[in-house]
Amino acid sequence: MSTETAQVTTVKKPAEELLSKRRKKLITDPLIDSNPITIQVLGICSALAVTTQMQPTLVMAISVIFVIVMSNLTISLLRNTIPGRVRIIVQLAVVATLVTLVNEVLKAFAYDMYKELSVFVGLIITNCIVMGRLEAFALGNKPYDSVLDGFGSALGYSWIILAVAFFRELLGSGSVFGVAIYEPISNLFGEDFSLATNGLMVSPVGAFIILGLIIWVQRTKTGYVEH
Amino acid sequence: MQQSNAYIITFSIILTVVLGLLLSGTSQVLGPLQKKAEDLDNKKQILGAVMDPKELSVLKPEEVLAYYENRISSMVVDIQGNEVEKGADGNPIVAEKVNVSKNYKLAPEKRQYPIFIYHAEGNPEDIENYILPVYGAGLWDEIWGYVALQTNLNTIEGVTFSHKGETPGLGARITASNVQERYQGKEIFDEEGNLQSVVMQKGEGKDYSGDKHKVDGLSGATITANGVNNMLKNYIGHYKPFLEKQKSGSASEVAVLN
Repeated sequence: MSTETAQVTTVKKPAEELLSKRRKKLITDPLIDSNPITIQVLGICSALAVTTQMQPTLVMAISVIFVIVMSNLTISLLRNTIPGRVRIIVQLAVVATLVTLVNEVLKAFAYDMYKELSVFVGLIITNCIVMGRLEAFALGNKPYDSVLDGFGSALGYSWIILAVAFFRELLGSGSVFGVAIYEPISNLFGEDFSLATNGLMVSPVGAFIILGLIIWVQRTKTGYVEH
Repeated sequence: MQQSNAYIITFSIILTVVLGLLLSGTSQVLGPLQKKAEDLDNKKQILGAVMDPKELSVLKPEEVLAYYENRISSMVVDIQGNEVEKGADGNPIVAEKVNVSKNYKLAPEKRQYPIFIYHAEGNPEDIENYILPVYGAGLWDEIWGYVALQTNLNTIEGVTFSHKGETPGLGARITASNVQERYQGKEIFDEEGNLQSVVMQKGEGKDYSGDKHKVDGLSGATITANGVNNMLKNYIGHYKPFLEKQKSGSASEVAVLN
């Protein structure tokens, strides 16, 4: 966490364009260069748990984007009034409230998703990305920047879990977003031919493998080495 | 920044009150919608025991409710198989409102047992299936489901199972239609009328089509499968007095509530 804080203070400049270079960087940095999952390796538990299928993963991604952006905004607005000694509890209370809101909304409007995700939506509270961004960024920056920063981090998280879910659903269930892919392909080759799905991909182990491969490919390309 | 204790306490109180109001407000506003969603989900599960899941999944929420209204009637019985119309508080009992998981915590003699009757459209007398709720424990958490019996009260028409926290890809497969289809056509009583239930076997991939009381197991999820077995045996056992009464010809006496 200390390295992040240092990084943040160095990029702070008086630039005030709506989408200045610095602000664009707030969004684009977490997508690849400081991706919360593949580089910082945060938020792994939900990345493993919800990614068996694309649809719940998408709902999870949207929920996380909402929670991170809104909590960053709230904490950033309150940053000068929050007493330093209880700041973690204040952050927790805000995040927990937002998560509960998401859960309630899902329960009312997408009950099937609620049933599938409810435990994991609740666990957004413990998603290290949320608290990480609050501590490292929102407490020391203006609301608009904090929203961009939160949005960037959440997008970085989202595209990774969606990528993992894509491969897991395709290889494990033979479909994408619930649309069967293996079946029509198998039918092309006649009655007796059928592509076998891989049961490993349905279990959390599959997520580890896919995630490992993504991190491998990414680090080979960017040359990133942990220090 | 160093703030006084009074400031910290005031800040915390205000924060708590604001967040609390926000949450209780949401809960108030969304409450009725959530109840509706829950109710719909429950009815879908009941219908799932007698309908093809593909057919059911294309129905819109209003269509599901209308279909349910037309085709399902319900009643509640006690452990002796007698119909119960009023609860302890004197209010009429509605089968759909009976919380099976809460009842599970009571002694079997004190529980209420809902029964859903799938009948021909518009004619509650023309019974096609009896749908019995079942409830039990899986490996990690509760599991429940509905078993639809044909009018001989022996052959299984279909089942639906749900779970709260079984392992995805292993125990959670009890919700898969290819697992639930294995129960179709199986029988719960043997020729002497003793309850045999239908037992999921250990291991997977064997053919049990010749055996009326066995179905293929779930590889890697034996404990969940055992949970399903116990659940079926227990709950169908609780319904046995009712089933026997129905069989012995008192079927005509059954008043149908809805």
